[in-house]
Amino acid sequence: MVQYQPARLDASFAALSDATRRGILERLGQADASITELAGKFQMTLTGMKKHIGVLEQTGLVTTEKVGRVRTCRLGPRRLEQEAAWIERYREIAEQNYQRLDGLLEKLQATPSRRSRTQE
Amino acid sequence: MPRPAEVALPSDREVLVTRTFDAPRQLVWDAHTRPELVQQWQGYEGWDMPVCEMDVRVGGKYKWLWRNRDDGKQFGFFGTFTEVQAPSKLVHHQYFDPGDMDFAMPAGDPCIVSLELSEQGRVTTLVCNLTFASKDARDDAVSTGMTDGMEHSYTRLDDIVQAAA
Repeated sequence: MVQYQPARLDASFAALSDATRRGILERLGQADASITELAGKFQMTLTGMKKHIGVLEQTGLVTTEKVGRVRTCRLGPRRLEQEAAWIERYREIAEQNYQRLDGLLEKLQATPSRRSRTQE
Repeated sequence: MPRPAEVALPSDREVLVTRTFDAPRQLVWDAHTRPELVQQWQGYEGWDMPVCEMDVRVGGKYKWLWRNRDDGKQFGFFGTFTEVQAPSKLVHHQYFDPGDMDFAMPAGDPCIVSLELSEQGRVTTLVCNLTFASKDARDDAVSTGMTDGMEHSYTRLDDIVQAAA
């Protein structure tokens, strides 16, 4: 079960409160990109984009790697954490339904069935 | 002893659910295909299922509707069966009906739900693959009938508790 610390959540909310940063995450969701490419796409200076990337990096939503003179950005571990949280949410709901099904199946096997006489 | 449900994401638009049941396959199949049984386990706390119609054959249609016990709001799912191989495989196209709920997800392309059952020694394994029209559609599914149904109930409960305080 994924546990969240309040401070990290606040930082994430702050990071995500900016429309450009949300746009960056969406773009990186499709493919990795260099800071230069991102600056071009969002029509801002390299310095401006570096600031946004810095905020996202701090919260773990984006990770960057410099190879030569190119710094490549991609979605970070925090994003994967969000995916894990999504899966867990989905699983919880499914499991609640299936637990009710467990109860029903138990009931159906307990009462004699007119269809089958092979139950132990 | 049944193992809890497991959920995996095999691709960016699929969800794979796996679960075992201490019951013969025929019973698990019945529970998924007979309306009077489906109504007893599929759904959400605080919601009734006033409509559960199922014509389980290739080309047959189904309709599921849930109504909130407190405020009467409704939502559901409907669709068509495309493969029926009792008691091992059931495939249907599932459309979301937002009803009068305020969900973000548009009622658009269907999700293809493929259910497979296998049995070994009176333990039945269920494998359910849900393939959505897109990644966005899948991601939205968390905030549609599945979880917003739950959230809606909890929000109503909060309202009631606060009003009583």
